[in-house]
Amino acid sequence: MTRVPNGGVRAAIGAVLAVALTAALAGCSSTGGKRAEDARKAAAAQGRAAVDTPRWTFAMVTHSGDGDTFWDIVQNGAKQAAVKDNINFLYAHSDEAQQQAQLIDSYVAKGVDGLIVTLAKPDAMKTAVEKAVKAGIPVITVNSGADASKAFGALTHIGQDETVAGEAVGDELDKRGRKKALCVLHEQGNVGHEQRCAGAKKTFDGALQNLYVDGTNMPDVQASILAKLQSDPSIDAVVTLGAPFADAAVQARKSAGSKAEVDTFDLNAKVADALAAGTLGFAVDQQPYLQGYEAVDLLWLYRYNADVLGGGKPVLTGPQIITKDQAAALKGYTERGTR
Amino acid sequence: MSAAAPPPAPADGLDHVDERLLRTSPTKKLLARPELGSVVGAIAVFVFFSVAADSFLKASSLGTVLYAASTIGIMAVPVALLMIGGEFDLSAGVLVTSSALISSMFSYQMTANVWVGVGVSLLVTLAIGAFNGFMLTRTKLPSFIITLGTFLMLTGLNLGFTKLISGTVSTKSIADMEGFPSAKKLFASTWTVGGVELKVTILWWLALVAVATWILLRTRFGNWIFAVGGGSDAARAVGVPVYKTKIGLYMGVAFCAWIAGQHLLFSFDVVQSGEGVGNELIYIIAAVIGGCLITGGYGSAIGSAVGAFIFGMTGKGIVYAEWNPDWFKFFLGAMLLLATLLNAWIRKRVEATK
Repeated sequence: MTRVPNGGVRAAIGAVLAVALTAALAGCSSTGGKRAEDARKAAAAQGRAAVDTPRWTFAMVTHSGDGDTFWDIVQNGAKQAAVKDNINFLYAHSDEAQQQAQLIDSYVAKGVDGLIVTLAKPDAMKTAVEKAVKAGIPVITVNSGADASKAFGALTHIGQDETVAGEAVGDELDKRGRKKALCVLHEQGNVGHEQRCAGAKKTFDGALQNLYVDGTNMPDVQASILAKLQSDPSIDAVVTLGAPFADAAVQARKSAGSKAEVDTFDLNAKVADALAAGTLGFAVDQQPYLQGYEAVDLLWLYRYNADVLGGGKPVLTGPQIITKDQAAALKGYTERGTR
Repeated sequence: MSAAAPPPAPADGLDHVDERLLRTSPTKKLLARPELGSVVGAIAVFVFFSVAADSFLKASSLGTVLYAASTIGIMAVPVALLMIGGEFDLSAGVLVTSSALISSMFSYQMTANVWVGVGVSLLVTLAIGAFNGFMLTRTKLPSFIITLGTFLMLTGLNLGFTKLISGTVSTKSIADMEGFPSAKKLFASTWTVGGVELKVTILWWLALVAVATWILLRTRFGNWIFAVGGGSDAARAVGVPVYKTKIGLYMGVAFCAWIAGQHLLFSFDVVQSGEGVGNELIYIIAAVIGGCLITGGYGSAIGSAVGAFIFGMTGKGIVYAEWNPDWFKFFLGAMLLLATLLNAWIRKRVEATK
């Protein structure tokens, strides 16, 4: 327990600032860090508008929670396409269905020139999307809601069919000769997560169990997977549904002394590293960058040329199975936040 | 020695023998311990899962349960002390994440030795704790409001700064930087004792419980905590530095958040900026199960450890028992409610026999 003498608070704050300013000089790391990144960074092309069409405003409303890696990449894709297409890009998100619908309403009221919406909770979005379509705003749905997209009047849907992605995992596990797999869900009640695990269960010849973990508490994720591996040593594959959880699963496997292969959905720099090193079996990528990029680009194409892609069917961005062979090439892209 | 605050002087004007001078039997002393109810609860949960799950009693499983308990327990200790002091800290969960983010990003951006980032993080985290205590004592607003404000601000800062500095919502890996291996040894190493893998967080946890218990029962500061939680006006009247005590308690929370945050950073070497939300409630629940009164003035550090242990056993026991995961949260809630009820019931019986 820390005791503070009188006036210690102000002194402490002062000390913090002083130390923060001087600490950089105190000890430097000759490996890694920002300096290494800067050295690595080649001249990354800074986007400029490639077209001289009017500066339209497109808005995107997703069901993302705060600080979600996946949606960050989607946004990066959308932003870069917006720069190229001379688009003023607006973004808002809420993981509460009601608030997401309200955000759509407010963009419709604002009179944007195009709207990109996720339909993770299709029923709650129905009225808002239909209102937008009625107001003459072209709508493209991304990521989730392929079934509802057309009925709501959207131009097209860009995303990955979660069940299909899950089925791809089941097939891949079969190919790798796995017998008993664990599907780690980090968000209880997420429909997409359930579909992925159900899809994997469908095509996987072995047995597949679900394990729910608390995604906001990483040590707990690790301990839960560890507990599961200890209670059932016959598990020979662990599939996590998000990139950050793959590392926790790898550590749990190590602690449990288990031989299980860890596979995951989504990519990040660490996953790319682990794939290249062979500590991960494979990753299922639905290419979130593409979901954001294509949505903006297709809206632009529609406004400019009345083009529609997909022929009434969803445009699939995944699943792409990534293994050791491709991992090294993708690592650089994961580091800049586009894969 | 009783952990309860000295009772106020009798108001009926009759001549009472000071109860502190009365001799009490060892059994009675034991029954008066605030953590007694939670210990009974913990034994009940332990026996229950020993029967329900065959792999629960294995030594390796115990290591996992202890690890899960320690990551909660490290924070439950200062949260319990704060609660005995009559206050809450809703920012404790995200403060852990903030602390990890600060070390990681400072080291990375400055290309500094990892230990520099760890040191800066300690200072900044302590400053945030001091800010909580300072705002509380200066404004006299309820701690619920103050720390809710801090909670929201930190949540926003964590996301905003990480995105601003790293370009993504998680930090860059610092695993290849100087100082990482030694820091990992201190905050996230693993020992194998007799075939059982034990995480270093268990040691941190036990040390914190021991230190906090010593502070509570053997030091003047400990007396101040009980006095402040029992009634701050009365405490001030007898010369207890109420503000200093409360600011100290918040800085204690911050210090432990720093330990927990460094563990997070050095066991995963990349930190997700959105993590930690909701964990503050888990810490508070662990303290409450462990016998801390929500109204302050009563509780113990050992109790918070038992509370965290119950949490660890329940969370992992459900996995070991291989129950249908659809019901996971329900089982967790039911177990917690039962443990707390048992705790409250025992305390009532104990108080009735006093």
